Amino acid sequence: MQDSIRGKAYVIGDNIDTDQIIPAKHLVYSLSDPEERKLYGKYAFSGIPDAAAGLPQGNVKFVPDGDYRSFYQIVIGGKNFGCGSSREHAAEALQIAGITTVVAESYARIFYRNVVDGGFCIPFESTQRLITEIKTGDDLEINVPAGTLKNLTSGKTYSLRPLGDLLDIIKAGGVFAYARQTGMLKS
Amino acid sequence: MTMTEKVLARHAGRTSVVPGDHIWVDVDILMTHDVCGPGTIGIFRKQFGPTAKVWDREKVVIIPDHYIFTNDQHAHRNIDVLRAFVKEQDLPYYYDVGTDKYKGVCHIALPEEGHTRPGEVLFGTDSHTCTAGAFGEFATGIGNTDAALIMGIGKLWVKVPETMRFEFEGPLPPYLMAKDLILHIIGDIGVDGATYRAMEFAGDGVMSLSIEERMTLCNMVIEAGGKNGMIPVDAVTEKFVKSKTSKPYQPVADDPDARFHSVRRYKTADIQPTVAKPHSPDNRSTARECTGITLDRAYIGSCTGGKLNDFVAAAKILRGHQVKADTYIVPATTEVAKGLATTKLDGQTLAEIFEKAGAKISQGASCAACLGGPSDTFGRLNKSEVCISTTNRNFPGRMGSKTAQVYLASPYTVAASAITGTITDPREFL
Repeated sequence: MQDSIRGKAYVIGDNIDTDQIIPAKHLVYSLSDPEERKLYGKYAFSGIPDAAAGLPQGNVKFVPDGDYRSFYQIVIGGKNFGCGSSREHAAEALQIAGITTVVAESYARIFYRNVVDGGFCIPFESTQRLITEIKTGDDLEINVPAGTLKNLTSGKTYSLRPLGDLLDIIKAGGVFAYARQTGMLKS
Repeated sequence: MTMTEKVLARHAGRTSVVPGDHIWVDVDILMTHDVCGPGTIGIFRKQFGPTAKVWDREKVVIIPDHYIFTNDQHAHRNIDVLRAFVKEQDLPYYYDVGTDKYKGVCHIALPEEGHTRPGEVLFGTDSHTCTAGAFGEFATGIGNTDAALIMGIGKLWVKVPETMRFEFEGPLPPYLMAKDLILHIIGDIGVDGATYRAMEFAGDGVMSLSIEERMTLCNMVIEAGGKNGMIPVDAVTEKFVKSKTSKPYQPVADDPDARFHSVRRYKTADIQPTVAKPHSPDNRSTARECTGITLDRAYIGSCTGGKLNDFVAAAKILRGHQVKADTYIVPATTEVAKGLATTKLDGQTLAEIFEKAGAKISQGASCAACLGGPSDTFGRLNKSEVCISTTNRNFPGRMGSKTAQVYLASPYTVAASAITGTITDPREFL
């Protein structure tokens, strides 16, 4: 895991469930075919109602038409991010779209597990509500050892919660790597 | 220890655990389906090698149920992936599409086929795997990566959850169903009110419920963020389980000194027919407060509200009436579908009652429009329709279009509302 993470913010609200992250009708594409899996990036966040997509103004496309990579690299979310269905496609869709990091007030349990165990992106928890502080398109820098997020656009700095119990799995890059390191799996 | 703690301790080979412990547990059953199975199989092959075998072929259950009755070719390909894997691994518990073994919705098929047993650990690649807590076992949803790891080694790490206890006093009044109780709880604690925690349901109100109604209670713990649901094992549980399987099992019970995160007590008589308004399962209201809201559609189906008892309840209200809202009937499993054709009320089968009322009955048992699915899915909301549904989620776009509005309610309330075309308290018809 790198010490410094930089990227542009895409801001969304509370209770963004996995149906909004990747709508169910898209769960039919192959995740192992290198070309077909790009469709998950193309449709990432396509279930969010337009007015709530890219706060505060809304109506901001997460992925440009015809592309599968987002203009944004860091998701700023509210409470209970990733609630609902257990579809791991949601965590993977964000990674395919180019998201490296999610910073949310809190996570739903299965999504959090999926992000960590699959090694798709790093899930930080904020110590305050950031969706009213940060605007979609702001340039952000996360200092991992210091546990801080700096909004380079506004100049303000915020603290993040320690990655906690699952730091070892996150550092390993996922549960398979972790299981090999700890001897649960033969390498 | 609580029931959840006891099951986890036993499966970790420990005499005790406390909430917060990270442990590796032995898995009794791993369930997957057509949406998450192919991804799981892909990771399993990548991590364990192309010739790897699953850790125990008796413990992997594969139930295609999500995208079955569709012309979507990608969806058909997913079934082909499952079929090839089952053949290669010689798995005995596969319920293939287009055969007599086909079942339908996995959470209802699992108990019908004897795969849910007290005291066991069940993981499934579906968030509503928590339904099986109704049988006094630890059951929860996981992603493809975790499922692939289990496939290879039969173990998974878990963090032992604290247990929230919910006690209901008094049997249910005749106008209430388990759906009303769980929607009431979710309204109280919110869609993240039980995150990382077990939700245990008890009290004489809960223990007076049928096994199907207990499944409804546990089914929606995920809608409060819960990790697993849990209901004490009694004669009702044992009778059902023994009728489905001869495999031995070891039930657990709460210790007298078990520690709970919290205990909430309800009198069932105080609960009203409950509705969750768009766009969140915790946006609680009552059917009476929503009276007059005009509906385009009523939907009765899914792992939450597509069991035989759900259709018996709907038929009690619908018999002798015509629906004003377009009404869709989707049996969860083929066994439930058979029940529609054989179960009678006043000499008429449930299917006859629904047909006479003007409802549309799905020819196939599956998840169907509960989660939207491909655009040709039976009952899918493709426009800005307003729907009342016996399903489990109403976040934007869940049943199809993100401009549609979904109200969640019990089969009684959905049936009463279908008749009037507006949200209606079922007491108007009972």
